Amino acid sequence: MKDTTTKQVLDDQRTTIYKVDPEHPESESLPTLRTEELLLNMGPQHPSTHGVLKVVLELEGERLVKSTPVMGFLHRGVEKLAEDGTYHQFIPHTDRLDYVCAMYNNFAYCRAVEKLMNITVPDRAEYLRTIVAEVQRIIGHQFWLGTQALDIGAMTVFFYTFRDREILLDWFDELCGARLTTSWYRIGGVERDLTQGLIQKLRQFLAYFPPKIDEYVVFLEKNRIWVARTKGVAVISAEDALSFGLSGPTLRGSGVDYDLRKYEPYSAYPKCEFSVPVGKNGDTYDRYWIRVQEMYESVKIIQQCLDQMQEGPVMADVPSVTLPPKERVFTNLESMIQQFKLFSQGFDAPPGEIYCGTEAHKGELGFYIVSTGGGKPYRLKIRAPSFIHMGAFDYMSRGYMIADAVTIFGTYDIVMGECDR
Amino acid sequence: MHSLAEKIQQEFPNGFVKAVEWRGDIAVIVKREFLHDIAKYVHDDPDMDCDYMVHVSSVDWPDDEERFEVVYEVYSIRKRHRIRLKTRVPESDCIVDSLTDLWKGADFMEREVYDMMGIRFRHHPDLRRILMPDDYTEGYPLRKDFPVQGKGWRDTFEFLSEAQ
Repeated sequence: MKDTTTKQVLDDQRTTIYKVDPEHPESESLPTLRTEELLLNMGPQHPSTHGVLKVVLELEGERLVKSTPVMGFLHRGVEKLAEDGTYHQFIPHTDRLDYVCAMYNNFAYCRAVEKLMNITVPDRAEYLRTIVAEVQRIIGHQFWLGTQALDIGAMTVFFYTFRDREILLDWFDELCGARLTTSWYRIGGVERDLTQGLIQKLRQFLAYFPPKIDEYVVFLEKNRIWVARTKGVAVISAEDALSFGLSGPTLRGSGVDYDLRKYEPYSAYPKCEFSVPVGKNGDTYDRYWIRVQEMYESVKIIQQCLDQMQEGPVMADVPSVTLPPKERVFTNLESMIQQFKLFSQGFDAPPGEIYCGTEAHKGELGFYIVSTGGGKPYRLKIRAPSFIHMGAFDYMSRGYMIADAVTIFGTYDIVMGECDR
Repeated sequence: MHSLAEKIQQEFPNGFVKAVEWRGDIAVIVKREFLHDIAKYVHDDPDMDCDYMVHVSSVDWPDDEERFEVVYEVYSIRKRHRIRLKTRVPESDCIVDSLTDLWKGADFMEREVYDMMGIRFRHHPDLRRILMPDDYTEGYPLRKDFPVQGKGWRDTFEFLSEAQ
């Protein structure tokens, strides 16, 4: 149905261009002008492709007729590498998938391995995981908002979101020693507890942040260019979005409330009250609105987790699988040997296969693990939302102007590290 | 057996091989010839109603007679259940029916399986390599006989032989 609309638009455009002006009959010669489709390579070195993505655009005038994504410039064979290392060794590799939001990848992977090993994570660790995951969600949405606005031409908001993102990255730095490649989650828990200083800093941020979101919104919603370039751009119906396997804000923009935090509650989410914003029109503006609302919701979730959290262990006590506490590793020979063996030989996973999906800020990030026993996964498949979203690019971009191609990449929030793996 | 798996068995007694339920995941192993029909049933039947394609994957079992396994995982947004459909393919005839006509998202996911494992999909609209270069001739990277350090011209790097 969409194709006929596109054709209609193209036909209408053609008639407008070639309409003969009655006052100047000499312009009747215009229709004999030669027309042909133009093939344009966009990327891989293009600032708006968020890394190295190439898209071959077929153009009729300035309208997109067909676009073919050419991916794989960042393919590092992560799934193959996973088969060669132990389960614990793979955690730092997951950082490099979606390098903007490494915590989420750690989280999704650890959850999958815990499902495989049937490990229950202690309460406090679940709260910590939820807090850090939601902090990561805020970072992800700030990053998206800043770069999307920058791509579309609104530069100011970029400085504001990156200023606030910096606070959280510094917070991560204090938490685990790295700003981006964090590797903080562990199978069975987390690497270390939050200190009082970190909790205090986070509480300060929670008080500081909501007014700042209002500020971002003012910059954009009163900006006619932003509204004109996002409303009605990259529209996809709920049915098509589901059929393409879209997830996260990209799917919720079309009015489907699919959110794994609600559908298959995990971690501390069932103990928190929050709502899942859902759009109506399925356009870029609705997805922007959802991401902004999710930032408010994340603040609420973190607040509730900080209030509800009780003292307790941050790592499950399953010595055959989980790592011993760091203090013991440094002081106790047996613990050191245990840590060494868990990393180098791995634990003995039962044969079987599981799929575990986690709601990352981009969409459903899933890990499908096949185990045949032993310390290494036999096969590990990553369901990367960015990759699956790119599958809908051709369909969603047809009939739009060439300048909208940038908006449409942005609307998925793609990161090529995750897309190409 | 889970009720969903039972339903598939009742509907397709010839195509159904076995069902496994482990850690709450339901996996139904089906015969390759029936994959498309069963997928269509899972997609269209109001009790199944699996309108969401989660992932398409593949596993290589070099020692088995039917070497490759193609895995489709589908989800129902309304009914909130997940089913994993699996089928086996021999190496000599490495082809299954594409499910792109049921789930549009299967397009890219099946291309990835083709690229990484070399399994072809009948009636796929655009079956090309997706992550590896179009002119890549050194095989399929996720097969178990493909070495982790790479193959072909990569193998001739001097620093690789020094390290070994």
